[in-house]
Amino acid sequence: MGENQMITSSQVTDATVRALYRAETSLPPWVLERIKEGLERETNPLARSQLQFMLDNVSLAGSRGLPICQDTGLAIFHVQMGQDLHLDFDLQEAIAQGVRRATSQIPLRPNAVDPVTRENSKDNTGPGMPDIILDRTCGQSLSITAFPKGAGSENMSLVMMLNPADDPMEFIVDAVRERAANACPPLFLGIGIGGSFDLAARLAKHALFNMHRIQPYSRESSQRANRCITHNSSPEEIKKLEENLMKRLNSLGIGPMGLGGDTTVLGLRIEKALCHTASLPVAINFQCWANRSATEVIL
Amino acid sequence: MTVFHLQTPLCQEDVKKLNAGDIVFLKGKVFTARDKAHALIRRQGSPVPLEGAALYHCGPIIQDDSVISAGPTTSGRMARYTEEILALGVKAIIGKGGLPGEPFLNRAVYLAYPGGCGAAAASQLRIRAVHLPELGMAESIWELEAEDLGPMVVAVDSYGRDLYQDVRLSAKAGIEKR
Repeated sequence: MGENQMITSSQVTDATVRALYRAETSLPPWVLERIKEGLERETNPLARSQLQFMLDNVSLAGSRGLPICQDTGLAIFHVQMGQDLHLDFDLQEAIAQGVRRATSQIPLRPNAVDPVTRENSKDNTGPGMPDIILDRTCGQSLSITAFPKGAGSENMSLVMMLNPADDPMEFIVDAVRERAANACPPLFLGIGIGGSFDLAARLAKHALFNMHRIQPYSRESSQRANRCITHNSSPEEIKKLEENLMKRLNSLGIGPMGLGGDTTVLGLRIEKALCHTASLPVAINFQCWANRSATEVIL
Repeated sequence: MTVFHLQTPLCQEDVKKLNAGDIVFLKGKVFTARDKAHALIRRQGSPVPLEGAALYHCGPIIQDDSVISAGPTTSGRMARYTEEILALGVKAIIGKGGLPGEPFLNRAVYLAYPGGCGAAAASQLRIRAVHLPELGMAESIWELEAEDLGPMVVAVDSYGRDLYQDVRLSAKAGIEKR
């Protein structure tokens, strides 16, 4: 093993600002591609005009360097850090510094408030914020993914402790039917099945993170790394579940913005974990059509 | 599906012209209001006259007196205030996700602006004034001047038609048929 790589807190802060800027003003190419594919397939004229306007809005935001959506979200970050990497500074504070700078520079809307007094912290940071979801990977790598999460879709998300006799797919279809219109469809859905109350929610969030991940590290290390966060023992079986569920949801006719159409879900991923024999936890993390994220690889 | 270009303040004739599924572009004054402004209006009354007004469920990003991004927020959170807001004379509520249709009957419309399209909406709006600035950027009442704000879909009309409800019911019927 080589020498310990030196990373400074200002490198992390700068990377945080860059990741937030890209995440807020542009969409990942694969997300844009899914919206365009949706538009190509869509047969409802009103739905087509909604999808076209969304694409035009993304172009406008990109050309002017302005936030796609005024809800610039809660500061959520997925950090992947090699287990051999040791930092001699406070990672939470380095990223918080980046969030504060991005809030005034980009600018972002100050969204973070105290849940009881509703007082706004004015810079999107404070107790618990930014929310840094840290996964340890191999070697000395470090990457930061900004995943700003708007309230429209996050408010529709849920964890439910089902009865093992229940059908989780029926539950998901019902929940999406009732909630989709408020979450800015066409949607991306992160679904966690199994685990415990909170593991189901973590699986659902990781399902969003992993929906179309381009691994910044080697295939082997990414597989090893993923083992700590995803527990899908049989990818083929899950793939089939995902395809069937996607088909059912898109046959509901909810359409863009809930105004009707063929395009309701653009992406869906299920992550599962073992659960107690008496439990069946299911979590659905809704994500809007503007599925924003951007990754900065520091090392 | 007819396209209308309307000017605020809106009158009853404007409202009557609109049917669910029509497209509207608005010119003139538009007020933003969301959670805190609604609660405050309930407690103290409105700081701005709302007769004929278009009320926009929106918490914009504002910097140096410019509108940076200003798409709609989820209207459902303000559903509990619809009756009293419309009683103040509001003729159009703009938002996303919809509101229960009953209070709109014979008096107002709900217009859906495409969600997430903050950059586009900002390019159609400029600032005239701010009311209740102490509520903060997202929650203040921004008095905006709209230049063809749209395209907005008439999602709830004054004749009892509600596009969201139609979609929800047909989705439910589809599931039950399976």
